[in-house]
Amino acid sequence: MSGTELNKPAEESGATPATPASKPAPEAGKESNGTQLVREIMSGNAVISVLAVVVALVIGGILIAFTDSRTTSAMGYFFGDPSATFKAMWAAVSEAYGALLRGATYDPGARTWQGRLGIFETLTFATPLILSGLAVTLAFRVGLFNIGAKGQIILGATFAGVVGFLIELPPGIHLVAVVLAGAIGGALWGGIAGFLKAKTGAHEVIVTIMLNYIAVSLVLYLLKNQLRDPNSTNPISPRMHESAMFPLLLGPNYRLHWGLVVAVLAVVAVAWLLNRSTLGFEYRAIGENPRAARTAGMLVSRGYITVMLFSGALAGLAGVTQLAGTEKLLDSDIAGSIGFDAITVALLGRSRPWGTFFAAILFGAFKAGGTSMAINADVSIDIVAVVQSLIVLFIAAPPLIRSIFRIKELRHEGV
Amino acid sequence: MESGALAIVSLSRRVAHSLEAWATRRGLCKDQHSSNITHNPTIRGRVKTLKLELRGITKSFGALVANDHIDLVVESGQIHSLLGENGAGKSTLMNVLYGLYEPTSGEILVDDKAVKFSGPSDAMAAGIGMVHQHFMLVPVFTVAENVALGAEAISFGGVLNLDATRKKIREISDKFGFDVDPDALVEDLPVGVQQRVEIIKALVRNSKILILDEPTAVLTPQETDELMDIMGQLRDGGTSIVFISHKLREVKAISDTITVIRRGKVVGSADPSASTTELAALMVGRAVNLNLNKSDAQPGEETFKVTDLTVMSDDGVRLLDNVSLSVSQGEILAIAGVQGNGQTELTEAVLGLRKHAVGSITLDGKELLGSSVRQVLDSGVGFVPEDRQDDGLVGEMSIAENLILDLYKKAPYSRRGTLNRAVIAKNSVEKVAEFDVRAQSPQDAANTLSGGNQQKVVLARELARPLKLFIASQPTRGVDVGSIEFLHKRIVAERDAGTPVIIVSTELDEVLELADRIAVLFAGRLMGIVPGKSSRALLGLMMAGLNAEEAQEHMKTQDAQNAQGDQP
Repeated sequence: MSGTELNKPAEESGATPATPASKPAPEAGKESNGTQLVREIMSGNAVISVLAVVVALVIGGILIAFTDSRTTSAMGYFFGDPSATFKAMWAAVSEAYGALLRGATYDPGARTWQGRLGIFETLTFATPLILSGLAVTLAFRVGLFNIGAKGQIILGATFAGVVGFLIELPPGIHLVAVVLAGAIGGALWGGIAGFLKAKTGAHEVIVTIMLNYIAVSLVLYLLKNQLRDPNSTNPISPRMHESAMFPLLLGPNYRLHWGLVVAVLAVVAVAWLLNRSTLGFEYRAIGENPRAARTAGMLVSRGYITVMLFSGALAGLAGVTQLAGTEKLLDSDIAGSIGFDAITVALLGRSRPWGTFFAAILFGAFKAGGTSMAINADVSIDIVAVVQSLIVLFIAAPPLIRSIFRIKELRHEGV
Repeated sequence: MESGALAIVSLSRRVAHSLEAWATRRGLCKDQHSSNITHNPTIRGRVKTLKLELRGITKSFGALVANDHIDLVVESGQIHSLLGENGAGKSTLMNVLYGLYEPTSGEILVDDKAVKFSGPSDAMAAGIGMVHQHFMLVPVFTVAENVALGAEAISFGGVLNLDATRKKIREISDKFGFDVDPDALVEDLPVGVQQRVEIIKALVRNSKILILDEPTAVLTPQETDELMDIMGQLRDGGTSIVFISHKLREVKAISDTITVIRRGKVVGSADPSASTTELAALMVGRAVNLNLNKSDAQPGEETFKVTDLTVMSDDGVRLLDNVSLSVSQGEILAIAGVQGNGQTELTEAVLGLRKHAVGSITLDGKELLGSSVRQVLDSGVGFVPEDRQDDGLVGEMSIAENLILDLYKKAPYSRRGTLNRAVIAKNSVEKVAEFDVRAQSPQDAANTLSGGNQQKVVLARELARPLKLFIASQPTRGVDVGSIEFLHKRIVAERDAGTPVIIVSTELDEVLELADRIAVLFAGRLMGIVPGKSSRALLGLMMAGLNAEEAQEHMKTQDAQNAQGDQP
């Protein structure tokens, strides 16, 4: 039982005894601590997001500097020649981050064109992050914390895989069917959480986390039985039919595929949904103040169900782009760390569709550049994970960033 | 097992909460006062009074100047009222005086000697006591324990000795007719008595100046009258009182001197004999027409009927018990009663927000009970909820969006699921102008507005379409006098346009101002429906649980007794 639920009776009994429970207790009216946190993060401005990234990179740089072998040896004669230490530190950091940047964007020194244009690798990594980040963003805006992107990605990929490698369809139609199947798979998985939230008040965080475990086990079961590639002893599926895969965008030299176009279209669609449509108007009202939404005649529980269907569908699409664009066959690790990176991406993008888009590209760049950094600068790729984690830390603790940079919070003092 | 655990959690949370609130206010300082309890000249009857003076007090928060060179003299043994609208700077000034805020400039003089308070403990040591709007009491402690808290008398071995405190409480209680039992648990006491405990706390700590911050906001009319009596007695006993309020009637009734504050500045002093119109004009800064001068109602057809409506809570408590009433076109029915006697449930049941409601609610012969909120709104019901911030507005959304919060699906605001932003923006500009909403831009978030302006937004939205029934709960709660006048006029205009109107209000002034007929609710039951011009005394009796006939009977016998008493 979460702390929120424990608090509730305490608050109620604290009311004046003369007052009969005058407030209705709609399942919609409860607000979890998570929701409140999300709201705080969302209300922070873009400056906080940028500064969080900067601070994380600075701390990452310090770690790089102090683990570098040249720095440690220069520190041995620090008092004889302190500048040598700083020079070595600077060299280590600039070399590492330089490699990261070049690997993620453009590296003139690379031998092949493929290696030179890391930007396309960045975009390839960013594609599923954009879609799953949008999934988390959309649910956030209705006040739901969708931790279940991972499960939804897996279900989306599984549905897409069934259509993609078990069924033969004419080209064109096949890919459309794969995309639809993926969206449906994800939507079903997300919809379960939405339905349980709306009908029973079950907390979406707990339900989606549990659904993640179920999804992983389910896909593993299917891969060991019905969906297994008969020619393999490993629990992996057969390859997708050629007609079921996203065509490559830039020819065979780059992995970048049409999934990116799907992702960009999804950003446009979600931005329209949230800002221009009556449904999005309802979503935002429910997310900010479910009681007022209910009083204005909106059906809060229907909002929870539909948004989880949409959110799951977007995560399912992320699974499709992974499967039909990058991986080409289904295994139980199809979601990788995308499901959880999606949460970070949505937080960093402050739950705005385009913010999520750019945050996803940044994280794609970390992935693409991280490899190059490990190879060319001999810095452990784990430093990328550290930087990403620090970003989460600073985003989740806006007061920390504020105190570092002495940004004043607007305060309403009692007048 | 689980409920036991919950009870413990709830209990400990409440204790912790109250202690925290208490500690903040007291500045965590206790040692100075332990001696005060044992020798207290006030109670011995040997009264020493204090004169308090504020000179040029300025308090600013960043660019915002909450208090601007305020001069104030509280003579000893007087009730000095501080009158001003919400946000005028009254509470800030008192917090400066009580040592909670340090003034940006200016000085405080007690008996013509300059003093500096670095915390509430300094203020208390100087003889200033404060009763906050929200009480600083520990609900699970007894009265004596609460009073002793922070100034505990300890006997040998660290054992708490409450006997002295109990004795003091009885002395004060007897002297001023407080009727407070030192051993009662605070959580069992009615709000009015809890307030007296706060006053006792201040008196025990030897306060000679008592600051009461909006003390009547939480009281029933009867409790308010009792508080007025107590204030008078305290003054006669030599305690000076600073009474903070925005209620003109109360201020006039009790004050010796009135100082009016507007936008952080003292704008004048007034005599209690000044008319309410003069006081209101001083407070708002322009002439305010307090008398609505509404014409008599021209009731038409009875289109809205509630028959035998019973509402149960989720756990089976009867919140509304067999209520029947009807409202005609062109008539305002006010529903009076102390907060929490079923008014909220009644309005929520009409709107379709209540699950366990039986009976019948018809509008134009159409049954509303069992319909969804959307259907009820679509059938022409305009609804202003009691708590605008929780139920009426989405604070983070813009004013323009809040103005269409329940109209967004209708043309011209949207078409085929797409919002028409130009129309929404145009609508917001029009409504903001029409209802005089003071906002920098209609695109600002609604929670940047003051209470009065937020309420105007809700009213503007609900009155925007043709209505068949208009329900407003507490339409002017926390709203400044200037806006009240405007909001009342709009409500009467809606009545005059032929709409049946229901106003729910706990403020008798408002009920008497607006109502053509008054229904009184007590403990979920209808005590009766009386004409709009009924007396306060009659309504007060009905609000305390007498039905209309009993209340009238009671008044007659009382009149007779008074007449008899006058004879000899």
